[in-house]
Amino acid sequence: MATLVLVEHDNTELNPMTNRAVAAAAALGQPVDCLVSGVDCRIVAEQASRLHGVRTVLLASAEGLRHGPAEAVARVVMTVAEKYDAIVAPASTGGKDSLPRVAALLDVTHVSNVTKIIDPWTFEHPIVAGNAIEVVRTTQAIRILTVRTSAFEPVQGGGDATIVEITPDLAGVKGVVVSANTVVSDRPELSGARVVVSGGRALASRENFERLLHPLADALGAALGASRAAVDAGFAPGDWQVGQTGKIVAPEVYIAIGISGAVQHLAGMKDAKLIIAINKDADAPIFDAADYGLVGDLFEIVPQLVSELALP
Amino acid sequence: MRRELVFAVPVAAQGMVMRILVPVKRVVDVNVRVRIRPDNAGVDLAAAKMALNPFDEIALEEALRLKEQGHASEVVAVSAGAKPTQDVLRTPLAMGADRAIHVDVAGSLEPLGVAKLLRSVALEEDASLVIMGKQSVDDEAGQVGQMLAALLDWPQATFACGVAVEGTAVVVTREVDGGTQVVKLPLPAVVTADLRLNEPRYASLPNIMRAKSKPLAIRPASAFNVDLTPRLAVLEVREPAGRPRGRVVESVGELAGILKRAIGPN
Ligand SMILES: Cc1cc2nc3c(=O)[nH]c(=O)nc-3n(C[C@H](O)[C@H](O)[C@H](O)COP(=O)(O)OP(=O)(O)OC[C@H]3O[C@@H](n4cnc5c(N)ncnc54)[C@H](O)[C@@H]3O)c2cc1C
Ligand SMILES: Nc1ncnc2c1ncn2[C@@H]1O[C@H](COP(=O)(O)O)[C@@H](O)[C@H]1O
Repeated sequence: MATLVLVEHDNTELNPMTNRAVAAAAALGQPVDCLVSGVDCRIVAEQASRLHGVRTVLLASAEGLRHGPAEAVARVVMTVAEKYDAIVAPASTGGKDSLPRVAALLDVTHVSNVTKIIDPWTFEHPIVAGNAIEVVRTTQAIRILTVRTSAFEPVQGGGDATIVEITPDLAGVKGVVVSANTVVSDRPELSGARVVVSGGRALASRENFERLLHPLADALGAALGASRAAVDAGFAPGDWQVGQTGKIVAPEVYIAIGISGAVQHLAGMKDAKLIIAINKDADAPIFDAADYGLVGDLFEIVPQLVSELALP
Repeated sequence: MRRELVFAVPVAAQGMVMRILVPVKRVVDVNVRVRIRPDNAGVDLAAAKMALNPFDEIALEEALRLKEQGHASEVVAVSAGAKPTQDVLRTPLAMGADRAIHVDVAGSLEPLGVAKLLRSVALEEDASLVIMGKQSVDDEAGQVGQMLAALLDWPQATFACGVAVEGTAVVVTREVDGGTQVVKLPLPAVVTADLRLNEPRYASLPNIMRAKSKPLAIRPASAFNVDLTPRLAVLEVREPAGRPRGRVVESVGELAGILKRAIGPN
């Protein structure tokens, strides 16, 4: 049998999370195919065809797949499901939306947020806000997994898969996407960034986020992140939230500024290679997770840090 | 009084009686530090404080608001689990749910099994809308809502940060990677709540007292005749690898040096 990977994309570009999901899929030890569902997205299928180790790229194109709604994506997956005994998607909002639906349609169990493939039937994943690691073994032949892409090294290019168009039958899909509001940014994307600068409640306003954190992120070529408290208070968009219920990141460097370090926040960033914390409270739990900490007022420290970084 | 209020609302005036089902789960309280069992068979729940899953409280709040806006005639909370599940079902009743259903299950449940039970309950209750949490904070599966929608062949809207009923459809704003999305689902439908959907109300003391006399039906899982056999074997639950405690640096200059070395010349 073979493994099918759902490709993450925006109809014009393949999201590099896919390279990591393909790596996870390859660990299942059988041929890997990719599914691109979207609209006018042959270019994405071409990109997927070049991923190392991919055998075939299935391309399903229809207006109803533009924003990848789970109901429609699940239909597409079901039309090819009998050829696969494993289906893998990144644990993105898209993958999390679609794969449980597919699993129920196939009457099989689904393992979310896989961080390690121990053998083709045994998987590791974090539970309870990363406070425990659970190892599970499925008793079913079909495996349906969302994978934490930060836990897998990306496959490189160099592949030459064939592209096969499939015709999606979306008759009977009930929900419709009325509009999508995508935030465009020149900064690196949070989940794949090498460096993340993240701000907490202590920033106190959206203006401060811009005035203090944007220059630091610019100096470091970093993506911006935020705690839930900062997002709830409207200092940062929801899409920036790092944590148990936001994005899970594992960058080379994560800088937590004015963030206390609640378990739910740590769940989203504690696998960063280097963690730096700036907080005025020497007892803040973030210092237990950090490799380097600086105790003090962020409003003084951050501008100084930006100036120091500008020096040769 | 209550009855008059229901009849005065626009939906009821159109002759539509909409029932909202809110599935809720009993989980370890998010404020307690969880411990792993010494035999590594699971999380140690023996002495842990338990609570309603926070996302489910948000789902319930949304259902209550829809009822208050006149879009629903009844809000029913349902939970599957062992006997103590009944304790957490008192919270939705105290917040304002009309009644609760405890599906009594002795063994362990996987999301697919829960979804199968909920499917039966949703059909039996003739629910037009199911609002539930986007994920449980203990197993963090994030699966039951989508599975339930699949089993019912209903449309779904996960990660909701805004919900509005418009005629016979529900319009949901979803928090997705890269921004937000608005979807329109004809009813019946399943919606899963994200954190920023609302701020759940606190139950007042009189309402907590009143909840004690609200109906709580107990249904054995066997009555639903669904396959609850676990399909996953838990081999081990262990602590995540810790990292050595870091070091406090003394100056911004030192921190800048560390950052420059970490990021390198590009
Ligand atoms: C179900 C659930 C899910 C959750 N999911 C998430 C999630 O995904 N992500 C997440 O982040 N949180 C999540 N939370 C919330 C989490 O529990 C915390 O409430 C939140 O992370 C706190 O954000 P914060 O650190 O910015 O704010 P606070 O905890 O208020 O911390 C602010 C920090 O700033 C410091 N400070 C204040 N002024 C200054 C200054 N001038 N200079 C330097 N430091 C200063 C303070 O010492 C303090 O440590 C979740 C909670 C629940 C219940
Ligand atoms: N045992 C249960 N009984 C009722 N509802 C549940 C149960 N388990 C999960 N749910 C619902 O499903 C949602 C998602 O749970 P999960 O898929 O386990 O993360 C929760 O937020 C609840 O609303």
